[in-house]
Amino acid sequence: MDEPLKRTPLYAAHVAAGARMVPFGGWEMPVQYTGIIEEHRAVRSRAGLFDISHMGEVDLAGADALPLAHRLVTNDLRRLAIGQALYTPMCTPEAGIIDDLVVYRLGDEHLVLVVNAANTAEDLAWIREHAAGRVRVTDRTAEIALLALQGPRAEEVLQSLTSAPLAPIRYYWFREAVEVAGRPTLVSRTGYTGEDGFEIYCESRDALHLWDAILEAGRSRGVVPAGLGARDTLRLEAGYLLHGNDMDKSVSPLEVGLGWTVKLDKDEFIGASALRQQKNDGVRRRLVGFVLGERAIARHGFPILRGGEAVGRVTSGSFGPTVERSIGLGFVPAGESGPGEPLAVEIRGRAAGGTITKLPFYKRGAAPPEP
Amino acid sequence: MYPAELRYSKEHEWAKVEGKRVRVGITKFAADRLSDVVYVELPKVGAEVKFMEAFGVVESVKAVSDLYAPISGKVVAANDALAQKPEIINTDPYGEAWMIVVEPRDLGELAQLLDADAYAALVGERHS
Repeated sequence: MDEPLKRTPLYAAHVAAGARMVPFGGWEMPVQYTGIIEEHRAVRSRAGLFDISHMGEVDLAGADALPLAHRLVTNDLRRLAIGQALYTPMCTPEAGIIDDLVVYRLGDEHLVLVVNAANTAEDLAWIREHAAGRVRVTDRTAEIALLALQGPRAEEVLQSLTSAPLAPIRYYWFREAVEVAGRPTLVSRTGYTGEDGFEIYCESRDALHLWDAILEAGRSRGVVPAGLGARDTLRLEAGYLLHGNDMDKSVSPLEVGLGWTVKLDKDEFIGASALRQQKNDGVRRRLVGFVLGERAIARHGFPILRGGEAVGRVTSGSFGPTVERSIGLGFVPAGESGPGEPLAVEIRGRAAGGTITKLPFYKRGAAPPEP
Repeated sequence: MYPAELRYSKEHEWAKVEGKRVRVGITKFAADRLSDVVYVELPKVGAEVKFMEAFGVVESVKAVSDLYAPISGKVVAANDALAQKPEIINTDPYGEAWMIVVEPRDLGELAQLLDADAYAALVGERHS
């Protein structure tokens, strides 16, 4: 972290709104405005607007764009339609997870990969190293801003700012050239909160206009700005993993519950043989969700205990504001990873008891929207 | 923000003399800085606490902080209500969200704490 922190086009707006700014993935980002729990609950019951412009956008264009991406990721891009998006890990030959990303198919020969901020430089280098033939790889992170409007009221709020019909955009589909508040955007029905909602890609110079317009349109509907703190508790309740916390190059998709994104029957891809091997042999550890029987928080790195012995580590843990329990993710031996199995987490020298729980902790509809 | 009748530690606890006992909690500044308190761990009644040594833990969604005793002595009461409603630390840090009551060995220790003005100056500097 020698380089100075980068700022999104909305930095000044966050500061003016009273946000607490923190370093995250090389960027200076808002962690909260009024409070993590309050923002979390606003997203579950109404909607919240997030600035996630720190996410990286890698543009692949040319006849070999699709074959390149297909070779780099574990999921199957062959059936990805124009206007559709797909979640996938990108692995090393040893099946370690370099990053998890969303592939957007904009055209026959045009893709955009949306990657984690902290990994953007490494991903770019990896992609360029493997790029061959007719493909241009462009880092568009600086020129693209990204807003996420998430929550049960997201569609009605965004619809009030555009004449393009949003209802037909299904989950993990998107639409280009959608004019929102008079500015061109790409609107995709995706997110990281467990709620319905949209991610809105725009030119960096339009970000502030759109941010203000969405908050203004949402004010009477209880829409608030939400920070990375709420984004983290929301994604944890929804059972979504965070690269760098719950997974990295030392673990494979099969170990962290992402087997559904690994398509071993597709053409050869990086990591395929290691994944095939692992699938045949079985994995030794698994990432699982757990709930503690008390409110103390199991933080990243805390030992997971079985019979007093450390058998794994917590990768994410927090108080879940909607489920109102102390929840977390962590690795346990594969043979003891079934839902309902007891475990304990060592918290400040003592064992806090809990239970392995099926993910997600929270499913949409569990909390009734506020009137 | 910082009631004049309280004494304050540099670690952001307050101490209130109530006859021969001292009630202890954390300041509004500490509560705001923590934000979203979700868990508190307090000593049991009868435990001994020592001046400026950790007596418990307060956790917010984002962070864990030790609680430091602003006075030495025996714990004669602990606020069990905080186990169920830790969020009152954010809303009423000087009232409902008191943490422990101590029977002090030496009330003179309180002289080492700050008064409200000195404490406000301390956190004012840290704010900027």
